[in-house]
Amino acid sequence: MIAYNFNWAVIWRNWDAFMAALALGLGLAVVSLLIGTIIGLFLAYARLSPSPWISRPAWAYVEFIRNTPLLLLIFFVYFGLPEIGIYNLDKIQSFILTLSGYAAAYMCEVFRAGLASMPRAYGEAAKAIGLRPWQRQRYVVLPVMFRITLPAVSNNLISLFKDTSLAAAIAVPELTFTARQINANTYRVIECWLTASALYLVTAYAIAIALRQVEKRYAVVR
Amino acid sequence: MVLLSARDIHKKYDETEVLKGIDLDIEQGQVVALIGASGSGKTTFLRCINLLEEYHQGRIELEGESIGYSANGRRRKLGERQISAQRAKIGMVFQSFNLFPHMTAEANVMLGLTKVRGMSNAEAQERARHWLDRVGLADRRQHYPYQLSGGQQQRVAIARAVAMEPRLMLFDEVTSALDPELVAEVLAVMQDLAKSGMTMVVVSHEMLFVRDVATRVVFMDGGLVAQSGTPDEVLHNPQTERLRSFLGRFHGIFGPV
Amino acid sequence: MELERGTFLYEAWTARWSLLEGLMVTISSSVMTIIIGTVLGFAVGLVLTYGMLPFRILARLYVDIMRGIPVLVLILFTYYGLAILKIGVKPYWAGVIALSLFCISHVAENVRGAVQSIPQGQHEAGMAIGMRFFQRLRYIILPQAVRRALPPWVNTALEIVKGTTLLSVIGVVELLLANQQAIARNYMILQFYMAATIVYIIINFSIAQAAAALERRYAYLRY
Repeated sequence: MIAYNFNWAVIWRNWDAFMAALALGLGLAVVSLLIGTIIGLFLAYARLSPSPWISRPAWAYVEFIRNTPLLLLIFFVYFGLPEIGIYNLDKIQSFILTLSGYAAAYMCEVFRAGLASMPRAYGEAAKAIGLRPWQRQRYVVLPVMFRITLPAVSNNLISLFKDTSLAAAIAVPELTFTARQINANTYRVIECWLTASALYLVTAYAIAIALRQVEKRYAVVR
Repeated sequence: MVLLSARDIHKKYDETEVLKGIDLDIEQGQVVALIGASGSGKTTFLRCINLLEEYHQGRIELEGESIGYSANGRRRKLGERQISAQRAKIGMVFQSFNLFPHMTAEANVMLGLTKVRGMSNAEAQERARHWLDRVGLADRRQHYPYQLSGGQQQRVAIARAVAMEPRLMLFDEVTSALDPELVAEVLAVMQDLAKSGMTMVVVSHEMLFVRDVATRVVFMDGGLVAQSGTPDEVLHNPQTERLRSFLGRFHGIFGPV
Repeated sequence: MELERGTFLYEAWTARWSLLEGLMVTISSSVMTIIIGTVLGFAVGLVLTYGMLPFRILARLYVDIMRGIPVLVLILFTYYGLAILKIGVKPYWAGVIALSLFCISHVAENVRGAVQSIPQGQHEAGMAIGMRFFQRLRYIILPQAVRRALPPWVNTALEIVKGTTLLSVIGVVELLLANQQAIARNYMILQFYMAATIVYIIINFSIAQAAAALERRYAYLRY
């Protein structure tokens, strides 16, 4: 048995740093999800468009994102944008841009499946009461679709939250980066990483449980 | 000769008692039809015979051998090996066919022969062909279940069970899931089997089949055997109001059975 | 063809051996992880479905914990943790271990889902012809479950290929880090990152195509 003396004092001393880092990660995930949702919705409509000039590029974008490692995308944007003359993004903005674009591809797939599974009768009923096309989308199709896709959206939020750990690679001070720094300064390896792991775990399940409540509230009767 | 005897079978789901002491003896070569309203316990009883359901009291014996539970001393469930060996002596056909979808018709029939009976592939194949031929599917041997109609699938399922050469065959509402025009072909196979002397227990709502093929009809009601006798006695001389009203439902459709 | 100094092709040619080595590390760590993860994940998945209660709870705990922690944290934890425990393993192996821990949990959950999606009637039909539990598993349940688990398994495999880029964080020179090292010499940021992206897309598309072909072969598995 290898002797290892735990010293949790290091963790308590740095507790505020851990919490701030956790909050930053959560914020990055939520903001990216929101932006990704909006872009993803447009992408989903684009993919369902009858015109290949619209659907193909959307398809290509989604496949490009889904088959490229996120870390590579993060570097690509962070180091690549200045190359094409965009200098005014800081680390955090650059990361949000990447994670939003990444989220958009996954949200597109979620919404596409949601729109595809929408019973035809809803749209037809809306047509029957004389709603115009955009009204049908706004008042009937979208509200139903959001409810259908809520569980998948929750899963995406949890994934995005875990993905914020990759921001550590460009020195965004979120949880993984912070844990690594404290680890480097104190050599309390096990304590640091146990704490980081536990915080991720607890937060992920807290998100899951909270969103489960939302899902219950908005459950579609089918 | 008594082939199967059930004594005082009780079964509960949570608090509800669905079998309240079934007593039944089945003679070698008999075709016993279990009839009764849904919820009367006939399917549950059938599944108890094959140990697909556990029961909490009572004993079932096949040719004098206690099935599923130890014969003497404290009531104890037998080991998996023994139970499997006993099940192999009892064939069962299900309402939903339950063919193995990843295997051809022939492979479905062969599986038990090679893995349970320990036959060689050649032997098993020969027997599978014999039985598929017998149920009229000689030209469907290499078809997968999804390529067969419901009636054909059910006939493969019968061949799969019979090929094991069981002492007793159980049929659990085997035509209920079929389209009406496919019912006859399955019943014909069952009738053929009955003629060959196979002992059969059949849960069925096909009253014409019950009347013509069964040698004995058992009416179950509320988890008990309410009346039992020849088809003539049970179908034409119902002793209880419950049986009369149960049979009355079929008169409207088919005329008096 | 004469390659001119300072062009991308020239720089890529100069760095060809280190890039190729990076590619090989990416492929070998992916394959290694997927093999370990599939074999052990399969076992954990069966425990998750059929194990005795205490084992089932342990397996469930393992799977749920692994799925709640980011892979990068698993990698860093494993890497630094093994070092502090004086277990000398190369970063490559620390990375493969961490990725495997992640892979096992995903495969296990997929296997459980696939096995439980097989209708109970299949078990009963096997019982009715006298087959024992392991026979039913081997000849009836698993052949069907494997085919159902294939699409999510492919997703997991793609995740693993992409996940190997995280090994660069602990200094494993896989494809991404090999490209970054090339970039450090020639500053051709866009070109090398684009090249790396294309390679990843080619790898992942090949896997997806192979899987789709495999699925077509199993088209007869319908209910």
